[in-house]
Amino acid sequence: MTKRAPDVSASPPRRRSKYTLAPLVLIAANVVLFALFFVWPAVIGLVYSFTNYTGVGAFQFVGLDNYQHLFGDSTFFDALTRTLLYTVLFVPLNFVFSLLIANVLVSKHAKGVSVARVFFFIPWLLSPIVVGVLWRWLFGENFGLVNYLIEKVGGSAVPWQSNADLSLIVVVVAASWAWTGFSMLLFIAAIKNVPVSYYEAAALDGAGPWRQFFSITLPSIAPTSFIVILLNTIHGMKEYPLFASLNNGGPGTSNNLLVQYIYQTGFKAGQIGYASAASFVLMLILMAVAIIQLMVNRRVENR
Amino acid sequence: MTTTDMPRKADADSARAVSRKRPRGAVGGGLRRAVPATTLLWVLAALYGLPVLWFVLSSFKPAGDLFSLPLTLFPEDPTVSGYKAAWDSANFSQYFINTAIVCVLATILTVGVSCCTGYALAKYDNKWLKVFFVGILATTMLPGEVMLAPQFLVVRDLGLYNSLAGIILPAVLTATGCFMFRQFFLTVPDELIEAARIDGARELSIFLRIMVPISRPIMLTLAILSFQWRWNDYIWPLLMLNDPEKFTVQIGIQSLVGAQNINWSVVLGGSVISMIPLIVVFLVFQRYVMNANINAGLKD
Repeated sequence: MTKRAPDVSASPPRRRSKYTLAPLVLIAANVVLFALFFVWPAVIGLVYSFTNYTGVGAFQFVGLDNYQHLFGDSTFFDALTRTLLYTVLFVPLNFVFSLLIANVLVSKHAKGVSVARVFFFIPWLLSPIVVGVLWRWLFGENFGLVNYLIEKVGGSAVPWQSNADLSLIVVVVAASWAWTGFSMLLFIAAIKNVPVSYYEAAALDGAGPWRQFFSITLPSIAPTSFIVILLNTIHGMKEYPLFASLNNGGPGTSNNLLVQYIYQTGFKAGQIGYASAASFVLMLILMAVAIIQLMVNRRVENR
Repeated sequence: MTTTDMPRKADADSARAVSRKRPRGAVGGGLRRAVPATTLLWVLAALYGLPVLWFVLSSFKPAGDLFSLPLTLFPEDPTVSGYKAAWDSANFSQYFINTAIVCVLATILTVGVSCCTGYALAKYDNKWLKVFFVGILATTMLPGEVMLAPQFLVVRDLGLYNSLAGIILPAVLTATGCFMFRQFFLTVPDELIEAARIDGARELSIFLRIMVPISRPIMLTLAILSFQWRWNDYIWPLLMLNDPEKFTVQIGIQSLVGAQNINWSVVLGGSVISMIPLIVVFLVFQRYVMNANINAGLKD
């Protein structure tokens, strides 16, 4: 042990001193970009969140005023709760559908998998703006296909746009539809990595497809499930373009989400300091999500 | 992946062998299982495909027929008037040129910069590289949307406001790209580099002459992803651009929808035009996207 130790510590410094220039040249461009577009904004964003900066001219430090105001601001709270509600609805819906589709796509028995895959994938390619336009077109109150079909089977037109909760649900469905392709890709890769012998052993023991799914597939792909939930949660928390084109946060302002709130206070109302404070609240939420997920993930892996 | 694919293939082969022996029983069993799985697959596929199909078919209806009841799936007399109107109105050709410039330049820069960074992170051992690696990880924790206001001020102070460069440059730093290249170069054996060093090759020429050519599949995958991200970008171009001459396609479409009275014929035409480039890119390079192992720190 003691003999080997110097060897181990001796080799890295030699490599390090030999090659410093080449790696530095290689990462130089990215370091500059990182400093300009990440470190600098992050630092001034934090600083501005304690000021009353408007984007131009002088500003004063106001301490924690922005944060205090934020917690008394009902518009901010509405945006925050709406964002959380949206995420809580979107993530499970997307999870269930993408997992279901991934399972069907890897099934040996389904026919036409390679063609069907394209159908699930195209929505992911579309921009959130086009997805919003498309679902607005489907769910138009007076002209949409969905209401037409509902009336055709004897129902009455549903106020998809003028009821705040319904219009949120339309966005949830649209987002889940659009993001299935991506989550599905991750699930397919994970399911393919589950050893076939597990299923063979389970089949010999008489486990049916459902039992196999819940006892083998689901536990085996747990790490991927966590990544999917994490990425979708983060994505849901920052959703904006889809709302912008589907119902513009409407009806009225009832579905204004956090990013839209930041955009409006920061750029429309010119309250950069206040918007920066709101941004940091969003950041803290995202970090909390990431840390909780990491902790849960670790516990599952240790089990 | 290949290791798990192999037993599956062997499995399928043996199943085929069995079915050759006992054709009737196997076919009956196969059919019994194939019907529900295939039905479920295609019901789901229809659920995902129909909205797009309805949208695209509607775009070929003349403006007067869009709302005429009863609604029909197929246009009775197909026309491209919606497309023409979209292309002529609101300077759509200019938006397309702008978007194309942004996508192509941002993609080239993203691939180049990510390739260099990924290689350095994978193949060199240096304290500063480790620090930088943690920094790149941090960018995934702090997405751009969180720093909209300060990032906007920085880009404005750099004199890039209302320029396409202001959209392109911040987009070049992508953690996903760096990770993809890093993962790839980790799988390249160090002996390859050692051998080149013994032959007297210099560090950067090893990178340019050996490593860049062998990373072509990753380059292509990242290029497709990057192209998609930039083509679909909305909020950052919206903030950066003031001059309608410089608008991108997504802003153009959104401004059509934001209007008080939506001209659906124009909106449908414009939206369908805007999806064509991506669908073409995807269909051509499908297998690269499908096989991309994009599982960590995905961020655009």
